[in-house]
Amino acid sequence: MTSNNPAESLGATPVSSSGLDVVRIREDFPILRRTVNGHPLVYLDNAATSQKPQAVIDALVNYYTTENSNVHRGVHTLSQEATEDYEGARSKVRRLLNAEKDEEIIFVRGTTEGINLVAQSFGRANIGQDDEILISCLEHHSNIVPWQIICQERGARLRVVPINDAGELLLEEYEAMLGPRTKLVSMLHISNALGTINPVKQIIELAHSRGIPVLLDGAQAAPHMPVDVRDLGCDFYVFSGHKLYGPTGIGILYGKSSLLNDMPPFQGGGDMIKSVTIEKTLYNDLPYKFEAGTPNIAGAIGLGAAVDYVTNIGLESIAAYENQLLEYGTDCLNTIEGLRLIGTAEKKAAILSFVMDQAHPHDIGTILDSQGIAIRTGHHCTQPLMDRFGIPATARASMSFYNTKDEVDALVKGIDRVIEVFS
Amino acid sequence: MSDLGDLYQEILLEHNNRPKNFRELEDATAQADGFNPLCGDRVSLYLKVEDGCVADVGFQGSGCAISRASASMLTQSIKGQTVARAQEIFQAFHTMMTEPDAELDYDTLGDLETLAGVIDYPARIKCAILAWHTMVSALDGSSDPVTTE
Repeated sequence: MTSNNPAESLGATPVSSSGLDVVRIREDFPILRRTVNGHPLVYLDNAATSQKPQAVIDALVNYYTTENSNVHRGVHTLSQEATEDYEGARSKVRRLLNAEKDEEIIFVRGTTEGINLVAQSFGRANIGQDDEILISCLEHHSNIVPWQIICQERGARLRVVPINDAGELLLEEYEAMLGPRTKLVSMLHISNALGTINPVKQIIELAHSRGIPVLLDGAQAAPHMPVDVRDLGCDFYVFSGHKLYGPTGIGILYGKSSLLNDMPPFQGGGDMIKSVTIEKTLYNDLPYKFEAGTPNIAGAIGLGAAVDYVTNIGLESIAAYENQLLEYGTDCLNTIEGLRLIGTAEKKAAILSFVMDQAHPHDIGTILDSQGIAIRTGHHCTQPLMDRFGIPATARASMSFYNTKDEVDALVKGIDRVIEVFS
Repeated sequence: MSDLGDLYQEILLEHNNRPKNFRELEDATAQADGFNPLCGDRVSLYLKVEDGCVADVGFQGSGCAISRASASMLTQSIKGQTVARAQEIFQAFHTMMTEPDAELDYDTLGDLETLAGVIDYPARIKCAILAWHTMVSALDGSSDPVTTE
């Protein structure tokens, strides 16, 4: 059943106009059945972390129940099964990102560790005195601080591309800032605080035309839209498993093998070596060179299950449906007097960040929570961006494909209650 | 969770809308800044201490209704008190915010009792207590900004 009216289709009808059977999808997420403070949970904090479908929970339980063992080094059956599933998850992620080779997919703890890996490893090998690294005003602290650390160590300079009042990157300024000393561009694909979708293809083309590699922080993009690293041409792409409906503590660094091969190891230890003597160690090949120690095996397998889950639904459909939610939510919030959306980029993901004349974001968050509505309030680990807008914090509702129009309505009702309390 | 009305009481909302002593003291003898890095709440507290008494007090900053009301009520409750008494008020407030089953010193707390409901909202206790830690820091003559983390 497909509705002709996109807005109507997001609430009561079982199948949205984007083809998603949201009622059925919601059944895959056991947590969505619980109540919070006597109300059905309305989970709108997906940019912080997403909920987990039963398939991911089952994959974790199954691994620990039936094949728990260490990978890559055992001759026994359990170790072989675990290795197969762990490496199978790598292949699933490779297909998700359309990377060329499995060895270009490095398992890390999350986006933060992925960026730190590149900052430390690529940075140590390539960044020197007076060199420059380019980020934007939109960045999460995880794409600021690792670069500050390496810049301080190397006497290099961190430069920040400005944005306009809508929260869009100023491409002309960006182009002008690319120079002979720029050693790397590191920018987010989608802003966690505002939802802005960056023009990443142009960002990459402009950098590549000057021979500068580009890292994309895909923490907010990989779970919500198709990402093709070969089509984009990016040199590094990083995301977290837990925002893509997988477990916490697992994430992905994609890197072009030509770059990764030339980079020194990030951490030393077991699994990342070919041979060790006290005098000399021969490092392992990709991807193991960057996976020192026993990895998060269960996490990787859980992420593999999450990748299967979103792939089965289809990231194109997910993006289309979430865009309908965004449009509906934007229209609803724009009618509320005293509420101002922060981040009004033309191209946006389903993130609604806002401030209100009547109440501070923390008070909004507490009052919404009393009605079972989970949103994030605060600076979203983007203090320079908050400074840019002259605000200390925002309230942020971030949506996913299991959210509905009814839940957006619940948010609006919740905000009405905020106004009531503070009137 | 208790009823929202227990948290956002009239007195609290009144202090939020029209905070008392919301100003910088030019002749302050002690000053400290408090910062809640998780939320971005900031408070600057100014004290004029004369002969062991808090002769005047003011605050500036930005934050939620709870942090603002708590700072405003703090200034009212310690103004004109001895430094020793201000510390006692801090202790009574701290107990109210952190010990759910403690017997409260209502005489010392006065209007501050309005904030008792905050204890049922663990995420908000830091908002309520920020100004108070900042006051202790100012009285101790510490130059390091206070953080709740």
